[in-house]
Parts: sequence; structure tokens; C-alpha cells
Amino acid sequence: MTDHAVPSSGRHGPLAWLTSDSPTSRLQAKCVQIYLGWLGLARNPLAMLGLGIVVVLILAAIFAPLLAPADPIAQDLTRRLLPPGTPGFLLGSDELGRDIFSRLLYGARVTLYIVALVVITAPVFGLLIGTVAGYAGGWVDVVLMRMTDVFLAFPRLILALAFVAALGPGIENAVLAIALTSWPPYARIARAETLTIRNSDFIAAIRLQGASPLRIVVGHVMPLCISSVIVRVTLDMAGIILTAAGLGFLGLGAQPPLPEWGAMISTGRQFILDQWWVATVPGLAIFTVSLGFNLLGDGLRDALDPRSAR
Amino acid sequence: MSLTGTISGGRRAWLSSRSGILKLGRLLISLAVTLLGLLLITFLIGRVMPIDPVLAVVGERATNEVYEATRKAMGLDDPLIVQFWNYVTEVLTGNFGTSLLTSRPVIQDIARVFPATLELATVATIIGVSIGIPAGVIAAVHQGRWPDHLVRLLGLFGYSMPVFWLGLVGLLVFYGKLDWVAGPGRLDVFFEDVVPQVTGVILIDSLLAGDTEVFANALSHIILPASVLGYYSLAYVSRMTRSFMLEQLAQEYVTTARVKGLSEARVIWRHVLGNVMVPLITVIALSYANLLEGSVLTEIVFAWPGIGFYITNALLAADMNAVLGGTVVVGIVFIGLNLLSDVLYRFVDPRAR
Repeated sequence: MTDHAVPSSGRHGPLAWLTSDSPTSRLQAKCVQIYLGWLGLARNPLAMLGLGIVVVLILAAIFAPLLAPADPIAQDLTRRLLPPGTPGFLLGSDELGRDIFSRLLYGARVTLYIVALVVITAPVFGLLIGTVAGYAGGWVDVVLMRMTDVFLAFPRLILALAFVAALGPGIENAVLAIALTSWPPYARIARAETLTIRNSDFIAAIRLQGASPLRIVVGHVMPLCISSVIVRVTLDMAGIILTAAGLGFLGLGAQPPLPEWGAMISTGRQFILDQWWVATVPGLAIFTVSLGFNLLGDGLRDALDPRSAR
Repeated sequence: MSLTGTISGGRRAWLSSRSGILKLGRLLISLAVTLLGLLLITFLIGRVMPIDPVLAVVGERATNEVYEATRKAMGLDDPLIVQFWNYVTEVLTGNFGTSLLTSRPVIQDIARVFPATLELATVATIIGVSIGIPAGVIAAVHQGRWPDHLVRLLGLFGYSMPVFWLGLVGLLVFYGKLDWVAGPGRLDVFFEDVVPQVTGVILIDSLLAGDTEVFANALSHIILPASVLGYYSLAYVSRMTRSFMLEQLAQEYVTTARVKGLSEARVIWRHVLGNVMVPLITVIALSYANLLEGSVLTEIVFAWPGIGFYITNALLAADMNAVLGGTVVVGIVFIGLNLLSDVLYRFVDPRAR
């Protein structure tokens, strides 16, 4: 405190650069912001637990071929339905003699693939609809928001079911169905944010400089809506995973022999009373991963958006 | 808005005031638009499906002339907008076509299976609300202490667990191992068709017939699926109750009530909860609507012959009439419940009128 030579944070090196309260470049300002957000998140042990689960999921998906003791698809009917703990079968084997642990690891890939595809489509579409509706106003707003309401007024899983029924089962169609049913909340959020942004002075300044509406929406409105959309996306990921697993359970998502967790529960269903592990183990995986995303999402919301905390 | 508001004043009943009629009119218009949108979506889904509806009728070996004639007869060569208009008028008269699977009108099938879903969702909501509200109240009163964390954890688990998995684990433990409840289905085979069908809801029908044995059997069948489903409603209701309670507990009338010397229990359960019940009505209606959706997966796990079971079976048999008919019906019920919660809210809370 008494030493006037050190920066305000009292640290040297990269940490001082990160915690500076007078950033000298745009990059530094961005980094400071992210670092402070991270500090807020790191204080929350439950959020860190969630982050840990998500990181483990990602690592499991990346290194599945190295970690898995067996081929997730290779069948061995002489070793079917072995209980957990059998040598070589950590979590037992399923009805075709496949190692459940290996299938779980590869299943992480399927889950992440679905989540990633939904996450790069639905929020982008919702963001576009919401910002355009909010910025344009008038009848464009009315039409777009009516459309959003129609999708919101529809039970999600049933709509996804009907879509998959029409398009045919498969991962890509399941993703399409989930994305088509999950964009409306993002549009709502983006519109609400846009309404507060569009009358601010800096937007008026850009407009006076001659920027086109497209440029204003894409370059200046959208970036400001992104943080609230990101929080919502993280909170929604558990829902996406559960819906995808539900479609898989109904036989409408990933098709065999692909190791999708929901489909694994579905096949294990026939043996639930005698070989309980076939269905319960993949369910535990879904539960853990959804819990991880929920904890992380709650933490992110508290850290980035203190208004809606509690 | 403000003009009609001042004319009508706040005293007259909601429906008889002019602003009330205006609001009702606006509500009905938005309802009609939503309904039309719903039908547009199901119509479009019906259009993009890869199964050729004409081929399904005439068969693979029909000649070109027969194919074209049938196509014309089915109205498939009309402009899309005409087709959509025909679809809407058909649906509004309750005609969803014939199910391929049961060879009966889809609307009859739905009328047959719907009471089962209604029964399941209702019992589940009763379970969820009767536990969820007290849990939320206790969490709010003990904010930041262990009862609060417990309730939050319970809710978090509810948001993270696949309903079909919880159902299977429930079957494994309570039916397979402990044998406390009956297995899948609505009734044991022995009890089927014993009581005359009046409402289609077995718990009510058996009571009407005065048959306690059937009632007990139906109860032991419904208790597990309804608890599984009710857990999700519990998670939602307790979370919302907690946050509404926290909001109310910070109000000044609470201090007044305490200063007046009322017991803490009376303050919490009567004064605060009384005010919380108003927004909770909306929450309960929404959770009821969500349970209709959650019942699809639950019905599959428990072989519960409701609308979810019906839609899924139709889906696996590529019976599009049944799938789309079921989707429309569930959508209409969903919209209806949303509307009901809206109207109830306005009715109960004078400020919202």
C-alpha cells in the first residue's frame, strides 16, 4: 500500500497486466474482463465441480481411443451380460458382449457432437431473429415474435418427435429437431437486450456515420447480446442432452451400433430386473454430465449476470 | 388502454368491464394465431415426410393413371395454401384421418388413450405440488442454511436426471427388489375391464363402481410412475416457491405482521404463502403442461397406455396421421393450459386486471 511504484493491484508480471484497472488496449480490456469473470466463477465450488465434470467429459471424448480398453462395437457373444468388476469389464458388458465402459467413453463423443451441433445452430438463429425483430420493430417485430411464440407454445419433445418422424431417425435429424425447437428462448432474450440497446447514444452515433442496419445489428447489437445468450445456452445444455437422450431412448436418435447413452438405456431396459447395470450405468453418465452443465450454468449466471442470481 | 381503464374502474368484475373485454379479445386473437401456427407446423411436417401418402394408399404396383387419380382425389395436386385450408377445416371438425395401426379414426383413438395420460399427469402434479410448495417455503425461511441447500440439490437433481432412467431405476428398486408397488401397466390383467368405463380415469371409475379392490390395484400401479413424474414438477414448483417467498419475505407487511405479535408460523404459512399462491397458480399450470410432455417417456417405461405411448408406437409404425393428430391434440392442450393459467392469474390478482 505504501509503495507507490507498484501497480494498483500490487502485483507484477502477467497478473498485473490482467488485473489492471486502466487497460491500454482493447485486447487487454477484454482479457481483464474475462479474468475477473473467471475469478468470480472460481469462488463458487459447485460451479468448479460442474466445470470439472465438463472438462472430464471433453477429455474422455477426445482420448476415447486411448482410454477405452476395448472396441465399443466389437461383439463377443460368449461374454455377454457380465457384471461390473469382471476382469477386463470394469462396468460389465452388454447383451452383445461389448464393454460398457468403452461404450460410455465413445458415447461421450456422440453426446458432445450433438450438443456442439445444437449449440452452434439454435442460439445463432435465435440471436439473428431476436436482434432483427428488436432492431427493426414494427410489423417485422410482430411477425417474428408471433412465430417465436408459436414455437414456444409447443411442447418441445413432442415437436422434436414429430420432426424426427417426418425426417427419419438419425443423429443429424435429431440435432435438427432439437435445434428447431430450442431457438425461441434465445430470440426472446436477444430481442429484450436489443430493445434496451437500440436507443442508446452509441447506436445513434454509428447510424449518423452512415452504417447500414445490417452493419449495426451484426457489428454492434449482436456482440452485446452474446453474454446473456451464452449463459442461457450453458443452462440449456443439460436440457439438450436430456432431449437427445430421450430421442435416443425412443430409437429416434443415434442408430445402433453407435454407442449413444440414451439408446444404451433403451437396450438395457429388457434386462433391468436381472442385469441392472446395462441400463443404469449409461443413465448415471447422462445424469452426471447434465448435472455438470447445470452447475456450471448456474455459476456462470451468478458470475456474469448478478441481476438474475438467486 | 388507459382510456378504457379509467372508464371501467377497478370495481366491476373482470369480464363485465370494457378493458376486460378488450383484453379477452386480444387474448382470443393471439390464441387463434398460435393455433394456426401450430397447425401450419404440423402441416409442413406432414409435407416434408419422405413417406409418399399416395403410395401408402395405392400400393407399389399401381399404374400411373391410378396413382395420378388417387393423388387428385386426395387433393394433393391443389396449391399448398388450398391444402392447408383443407387441413385446418378438417382438424377444426375433429377429423385427423384414419390411423394405419388401428384402422380407426385418430380422434377416437386419442379420446380412448387421453384419460390415462390425464390421470397420470394429475396424480403427478398433486404429488409434486403437495411436496414442492412446503419444500420451497422451508428453503426460503432457512435461506442459506442446510434445508435450503437440500431443497436446491433436490431440484438440481430433478433438472439433471433423464425421466426414463429414473423410471427404470424406480422399477428396479421398488418393483423388482422391494416389491412395494405393482409393475408396468395401469391394472393387473385380472382386474382389467372389471369396472364399467365412465370417465376413463380408473381411479375415479373404480370409486364410482364402489370397487375398492380395483381402486387399490390401480393405485399401486400409478404410484410409481406418478412419483417419478411428480419429482420433476416438485423440482420446478419448489424452486419457484422459494424465489417467490424470498421476494415476499422482504416486504414491509411481513414486518408489520411480526410486530403485531403474530406467531412466525402464521406469518409464513398464512400471510406470505397466501400472497405467493397467486403467481404460483401460473407455475402449477405450466408444470402441469410440462408433465403432459414428460409423460411421453414415462409412459414408454411403464407401458402406460396414454397419448405418449400412442404417439410413439404410431411413430415407430410410420403412422403419420396418428403422430400428427396426437401432436396437434397435445399442442392444443398445452396452449389451453397456458391460456388457463393466464386467465386464472388475472382473475386472482386484482393488479393484473
